[in-house]
Amino acid sequence: MSEVLVLVDTLVDGKVGKPTLELLTIARRLGEPVAVVFGEASGVTDVLASYGAERVVAVDDTEVREHLVAPKAEALSELVEKAGPDLAAVLLPSGGEGKEIAGRLAVRTGSGLITDAVDVQAGADGPVTTQSVFAGGYTVQARVTRGVPIVTVKPNSATPEQARGAGTVEAFRPTVSDAARGARITASAPRQASGRPELTEAAIVVSGGRGTGGNFEEVEAFADSLGAAVGASRAAVDSGWMPHAFQVGQTGKTVSPQLYVANGISGAIQHRAGMQTSKTIVAVNKDEEAPIFELVDFGVVGDLHTVLPAATEQVRQRKG
Amino acid sequence: MNIVVCVKHVPDATADRRFEDDGTVDRVGVDGLLSELDEYAVEQALQVRERLGDDSEVTVLSVGPQQAVDAIRKSLQMGADKGVHVVDDAIAGSDSVATSLVIAEAVRRIGAWDLVVCGMASTDGSMGVVPAMLAERLGVPALTLGSSVEVEGDIVRIRRDGDTATETVEATIPLVMSVTDQSGEARYPSFKGIMAAKKKPLETWSLADLGIGPEQVGLSAAWSVVQSTEARPPRTKGQVVTDEDGSGAAALVEFLASKKFV
Ligand SMILES: Cc1cc2nc3c(=O)[nH]c(=O)nc-3n(C[C@H](O)[C@H](O)[C@H](O)COP(=O)(O)OP(=O)(O)OC[C@H]3O[C@@H](n4cnc5c(N)ncnc54)[C@H](O)[C@@H]3O)c2cc1C
Repeated sequence: MSEVLVLVDTLVDGKVGKPTLELLTIARRLGEPVAVVFGEASGVTDVLASYGAERVVAVDDTEVREHLVAPKAEALSELVEKAGPDLAAVLLPSGGEGKEIAGRLAVRTGSGLITDAVDVQAGADGPVTTQSVFAGGYTVQARVTRGVPIVTVKPNSATPEQARGAGTVEAFRPTVSDAARGARITASAPRQASGRPELTEAAIVVSGGRGTGGNFEEVEAFADSLGAAVGASRAAVDSGWMPHAFQVGQTGKTVSPQLYVANGISGAIQHRAGMQTSKTIVAVNKDEEAPIFELVDFGVVGDLHTVLPAATEQVRQRKG
Repeated sequence: MNIVVCVKHVPDATADRRFEDDGTVDRVGVDGLLSELDEYAVEQALQVRERLGDDSEVTVLSVGPQQAVDAIRKSLQMGADKGVHVVDDAIAGSDSVATSLVIAEAVRRIGAWDLVVCGMASTDGSMGVVPAMLAERLGVPALTLGSSVEVEGDIVRIRRDGDTATETVEATIPLVMSVTDQSGEARYPSFKGIMAAKKKPLETWSLADLGIGPEQVGLSAAWSVVQSTEARPPRTKGQVVTDEDGSGAAALVEFLASKKFV
């Protein structure tokens, strides 16, 4: 069976994230997963194997750590060449970094590229991808016609399923060019953990916009009562109320949870682009004309400063 | 410093965007404009020029159909010094790989360049891969997704708010940079700027000028194909209640419970 290279997303606290397990699950539809880890692999080999990795390639990361993106692309491109024409696909996580690696890899290896897939299935002529485009207004199916299909996949595109693979570990030392050493990382501050679920992985997301007036405590309390992640509109981020990592929308994160609750958010097209495919959408907004209400399964016209604290209290009571 | 800004003319996101029968984006039937995310790139290029205060020049480059010249004009009105428009019927339907080839060759033809500035992604295709591809093709470092930009002699430094960390990244020119919508509001063209733009040089190049064969670009040369496109059914509006004396919260929690979220 042909192999599928899976780029393991940056480890957080030395752990493999759920999106990587989704990638391995998807990879098994196409061939035998080979997990590529930048950094210390020994702590994660077992979990990668339990989701199907036949091989785990641990890439020596001294060059990689100090430079932006390019060395990772060169390492992967060497691995693609080593694998030869039999390689079924390369799957990468759809973050900023994953997409850049994918773009460089496509140019280096003369391969077609598809980004932001929300589903990947095996097809007669190679993997068939599904993408959601134009702010979620269209669904597009596509496939790569040249080289090795390179596909970046969004979080929540599959339910991780276990299936034991051999998980044979191999060390790999890439040759890194001078150009790839050009962008030097001179300082790095890890993001603080919020203690809440990851925005892109959460089953429930509770977001706040300009309508919060800067008071995110009510949004956060409601989120915590539901065990949800917290999100924000760009207006809330631009006002300095929430860090950019929490932004939902075209230039922030795309989320597709079971439940999305928009509070004090008008529902601009750029915000919708990041949440329109959520299963259930709920909004609280004091303006009954707000465009967000066109999308909702349930809406409350009212002041979030009174609705949210009361709802939080009632959810807590019901949960006992 | 010679700065090149790459801008794209895109269908207006607030209009009804759609696909042609061949799976390409309808770029003719829908009103277009300078991609808002590229306005940030123009702004940062202008700011670098202004901070240097020397004879630095900003060239705007756009690859796209006839009407893409509007995106260049707007950038000239904002303050860029000259424009280059690569237009050729063969380019229609090009994928990101081919687009990056055309841009790379155009940058080479512009000549002595130090800094290429791009937006973080287009607002239509929104792949966000062209800046990295461009750097790969030009063989220079890439500083991508900058939310702030600093220039110190030959060194360009950005802040990058990644998913797992906020980083400071620097490289020596020549290099490719992309900036996000966090990098600072773009200016509006002033009346003076609009008048001045009319006299600024604007060149039109074809693929032949760049030494690129028509078989290297366009829909038939794309390395991926769209098999089908389907409009998502619009969401049907559900129940909307008006809060009166706490009824809103109670109804909301009742709804969440009925869907088993509580
Ligand atoms: C290129 C580009 C990219 C963009 N990317 C993004 C993106 O990624 N994400 C994003 O979100 N936006 C993005 N935007 C911005 C977007 O266009 C909107 O400006 C933004 O989403 C508005 O945020 P908002 O809904 O919080 O604010 P507003 O539009 O100001 O809406 C505030 C809402 O709060 C309601 N409200 C006020 N007070 C209360 C109260 N007490 N109780 C209840 N409701 C109240 C109001 O009725 C109003 O509907 C982008 C724009 C551009 C041009």
